[in-house]
Amino acid sequence: MNVVESFGLGVSYRGTWALRDCTLAVPEGHIVALVGSNGAGKTTLLHCAVGLVTPTVGGITVLGGIGAGLPDALERVAFVAQEAPLYRHITVRAMLTVAANLNQHFDRVLAESRLASLDIPLNRRIGRLSGGQQAQLSLALALARRPELLVLDEPLARLDPLARHEVMAVVMSAVAEEGLSVIFSSHVVSELERVADYLILMSHGRVQMVGLIDDLLSEHVVLSGPTDEARSVATLFTVVESKHAGRQTQFVARIDRPTEFPSGWLAESISLDELVLAYLREPSASAMTGPLAVSANRAEVKW
Amino acid sequence: MTSGSWRSHDEVPYDLTPSASRRPIVRAMVATQRIKRYILTMMIDKEDNFKEKTASDYAISFRLDQRSGVPTYLQLVQQVENAIRLGYLRRGDQIPRIKDVVASLSINPNTVLKAYRDLEQKGLIGARPGLGTFVEAEPKTVGLKELTTLRRNLVTGWLRDATALGLDEDGIVALFASALGDLRKEPDEHELSSSPSRDASRETEGAA
Repeated sequence: MNVVESFGLGVSYRGTWALRDCTLAVPEGHIVALVGSNGAGKTTLLHCAVGLVTPTVGGITVLGGIGAGLPDALERVAFVAQEAPLYRHITVRAMLTVAANLNQHFDRVLAESRLASLDIPLNRRIGRLSGGQQAQLSLALALARRPELLVLDEPLARLDPLARHEVMAVVMSAVAEEGLSVIFSSHVVSELERVADYLILMSHGRVQMVGLIDDLLSEHVVLSGPTDEARSVATLFTVVESKHAGRQTQFVARIDRPTEFPSGWLAESISLDELVLAYLREPSASAMTGPLAVSANRAEVKW
Repeated sequence: MTSGSWRSHDEVPYDLTPSASRRPIVRAMVATQRIKRYILTMMIDKEDNFKEKTASDYAISFRLDQRSGVPTYLQLVQQVENAIRLGYLRRGDQIPRIKDVVASLSINPNTVLKAYRDLEQKGLIGARPGLGTFVEAEPKTVGLKELTTLRRNLVTGWLRDATALGLDEDGIVALFASALGDLRKEPDEHELSSSPSRDASRETEGAA
């Protein structure tokens, strides 16, 4: 089952495209990091997936072919928007009552036990909680709905390092215990590798790179060698990014099959930060390694 | 209480006779009993939850070095291997449950799973369904105490001599590596010779 599938998805706001030609398929059971610079279309893609934005062209489905935003999808998908919007003037307990009344399925006992284990007092006004506690509260509310897909928009922004660690620990524990899939957008590339195992890289409203992080890392190398030979070597590989200096040249190259490297050239494995930055600097490059075979039943989805 | 038409007459529901159920006081008493029983079972459930393992219940705990460049799963593998090698983990010890590793390091559960699968393939650990994952490797003959002595001898003896003669760190490493090579060529001479070579081959395997 694919937790998110989109085909030719495009969204335009007053004539400018926030998202274009977005076709992807994300298998279930992964923690997906959605990465891209500001204005790349991350939030728009997430809003499409939870049904807050209607696509201008194309379509998007969740959890094995349910149209995003349909009642059946809403029940099984939980979404925490950017900056964790909550009613600031009411107490935590009142917020739980609100959430319990607004949702068909809401495990209040679970939410309360999570909050208790984090020492978040139920009778405090939400506005008086710290930023980390507010993030934890919105996460607890989302998880109490027992979703199959959890969508988080910038969950780590504006949090201090300890709060980041604690928020991600809660998400990871929920994944370990209940096996839900997670999609989250983030700027913090350095912290992705320990958390995510699937990557969607966006730039300028397009999907640039999709795939399992392990696969993406093993398919790319950093090649360095003499600049004189750079031109001929560059033709042997798919070069993502190149840095020419006086004598030495460095390539970030994509190797999709086992290859012999030319003598005198050193091939080193690449780190996730390097890979992401190389692609972000070269918006025209793209790599789609994930299972892009969008399932055949997409025609049956009613919009 | 109307016993449903699907129920035969001799099969009285619960512990109530039809006449008793008509009296409100009896009904109230029964209800209280049920609530008490419910609360009791809830408490028993809670009790079980409190008995859940915490980090200090395990023999080892993991740490991660983000800058080492070693993949996260491999760091976990190496830490278990080292713990077995150094005697912190013995046969039959439980290694941390995936859930607990994930909560303490805030890493992807799949990463921990991958590490444990790797260790299982190497025959170092084994999963017992419903119980957890346990160390299966033979305990090493060299204990923690002996290792400490060996280490102390190395530092106060050989290493000090080498430094006194003006050998720098790289020189020491090179000399030690070549001496280790000599030791491997004559395996009968020393009992220890088998373990470093096996460990070295395991590490290259992991790196590949």
